[in-house]
Amino acid sequence: MNPLIWIIPVLPLLSFVLLLLFGRRLKEASAHVGALLTLGSLVLSIVVLLNQWGGEPVKETLSWLTFGETTLSAGYLVNPLNALMLVIVSLVSFLVQVYSGGYMHDDDRFPIFFAYLGLFTFAMLGLVLSPNLLQLYVFWELVGVGSFLLIGYYFYKREARSAAKKAFIMTRIGDVGLFIGMILLFWQVGSFEFDEIFAAVEAGEISEGWITLTAILIFVGAIGKSGQFPLHTWLPDAMEGPTPVSALIHAATMVAAGVYLVAAMFPLFQASEAALTTVAVVGGFTAIFAATIGLAQADIKRVLAYSTVSQLGYMMLALGSSGYVAGVFHLTTHAFFKALLFLAAGSVIHAVHTQNIHEMGGLWKKMKWTAPLFLIGAMAISGVPGLSGFFSKDEILAATYADGRFGLFWIAVIAAFLTAFYMFRLFFLVFTGESRGIQEKVKESPVSMTFPMIVLGILALIGGLINTPFATYLSDFLAQNEALEIHHHETRWWIPVVATGVSLLGILMAWLVYVKKKVTRFSESAPDLHYILLNKYFIDETYDYSFVKGTRALSYFWYYIDRFVVEGLVGLVTGIVGWFSKIGSRFQNGQVQLYSSVAFAGMAILLLVVAWIGGYLT
Amino acid sequence: MSSVPLSVYLVLALILFCIGLFGALTKRNAVIVLISIELMLNAVNINLVAFAKYGINPGITGQIFSLFTITVAAAEAAVGLAILIALYRNRKTVNVDEMDIMKH
Repeated sequence: MNPLIWIIPVLPLLSFVLLLLFGRRLKEASAHVGALLTLGSLVLSIVVLLNQWGGEPVKETLSWLTFGETTLSAGYLVNPLNALMLVIVSLVSFLVQVYSGGYMHDDDRFPIFFAYLGLFTFAMLGLVLSPNLLQLYVFWELVGVGSFLLIGYYFYKREARSAAKKAFIMTRIGDVGLFIGMILLFWQVGSFEFDEIFAAVEAGEISEGWITLTAILIFVGAIGKSGQFPLHTWLPDAMEGPTPVSALIHAATMVAAGVYLVAAMFPLFQASEAALTTVAVVGGFTAIFAATIGLAQADIKRVLAYSTVSQLGYMMLALGSSGYVAGVFHLTTHAFFKALLFLAAGSVIHAVHTQNIHEMGGLWKKMKWTAPLFLIGAMAISGVPGLSGFFSKDEILAATYADGRFGLFWIAVIAAFLTAFYMFRLFFLVFTGESRGIQEKVKESPVSMTFPMIVLGILALIGGLINTPFATYLSDFLAQNEALEIHHHETRWWIPVVATGVSLLGILMAWLVYVKKKVTRFSESAPDLHYILLNKYFIDETYDYSFVKGTRALSYFWYYIDRFVVEGLVGLVTGIVGWFSKIGSRFQNGQVQLYSSVAFAGMAILLLVVAWIGGYLT
Repeated sequence: MSSVPLSVYLVLALILFCIGLFGALTKRNAVIVLISIELMLNAVNINLVAFAKYGINPGITGQIFSLFTITVAAAEAAVGLAILIALYRNRKTVNVDEMDIMKH
């Protein structure tokens, strides 16, 4: 059993190396290599998950670096959370690779794309298996590199290039927080190991203030990676990457890494009420903030991107409200239905060659598979009863309510309403009504693309059953981790009713506005508000004016200081020396007469000086 | 015997030396430069003889020394002229300004 675990991340790495070396020769077969190796990881992950069911956590480490008394180690750790993440990551990665085989069919750099996917999957699996913060940080950065390469895959497009840079830089800002938090924890505890940190926290070796500070700094890392406000702006821009990448990065892996980090460090957060509140407030604010932006966007992928930001906010809200199970549960179901939505969106884009939803329409009859699958995804995320999103969202609402955060609870309810509204706005605009501006014949996507969507569709349908109020499999499974205190809160009967009510209301509203056209569109009834939402609250512009322009102004200031003051001083020194040497070189004209004149003058001066000092002149 | 004071000899020597120095440093013709050097040497000779007669320790040493200097100066003039002729053969000039290859 044990040797299997380290093979899980190595297989995608192998795929990366193989495709880099032999990609040109393999051509179309690259997709098979990548998908098969990832399938291997998936099978092993499922074995590991099944072994974890009722089993003990597994931890194996090797000492990596020893200095003084301290030993840094590297290895792997499998506990229920990690095992679940392994399956999610390898499953979505496998399905995305299968899908990409169809989607990226005509691309010139086909093998390279799969090589990047392999690298990214390797990094993400490695991150999930890390037994200590340092190793996690290494893989965390590798995930960043992978996402940079994937988002910037169409590097010949300027937008893609800048989106890749933006994603990298924005997440780096968060990573600095994580890094500082990690170092501070190491300073306080003397170890990077998760279990030792938690033991120290439990034993009260670290003061309350330090716990709060380090937890919040680590959360800053999660803010960057998971696209929480105020570092969320990279995520929608990252839609410039190929659509399968969006499904992989923005549904199940990279953005989930932030949530995973908070979940993995949960005992630390639990020890500080202030840290939990920070997480909950940031999450709740992000949830409603991104949902409102999602209302007005016209690009199908951007709507989904803001929806991702919003759903990640939900997960953070759950974790911040001590709803560990709720957060992880929503992470799981979200991975299924959001990957499904992205893949379905990709299928639509593949067919109609546009991303603008106002140019689509009437695709229901033309895309026999994609349309119903998209509908399943939209229903799941909206929280229609019985689908996966319903259960996980209920769990979050219940956790928030049970934790006594009533303000955030109502914000989450409103965000749920908005989610249902914008998802069905998307659905109605894309799939119903008449075609607007699509001339060419729309064809359904090939089987390689519909198959992953069907798998995800089934999971989005039934995925919620792993943790219903009647059968709490997931909750029991996660509760195996002894470091956690998992609160079992009572589900109030009216919370699911309210949640169902708002989601159905949202769908109804969308139907009235976009199908029946009984209610005027919000872009007409409130044009100013619509303008603000369309421009994403001008966050990017604000950052541009404050940070970018500010940095630039400061740089110019120092540039001129350097140019004129520092360089002026240096110039003065060299100028003086140069002037002297120029004068001096004029004496060296090769004529003996001048030389002897100088010698004589020198001697005369010397004599004068001697006479002066000797007092002969007075 | 009306004695001429030492300072007069010294001033004469000084004037001679300065004329010689001026000529050596400013004249362009190498022959005149050589003559000016002779002037400076002779200024030294006057000094030597004057001190031999009126110095603190009068004696014959200064006069012997000046004879010696005159001999050396003659030899020096011969060598200087020989160099000058060699130079003239090579450069077709006795102009000191044009003899500036030392800076290379």
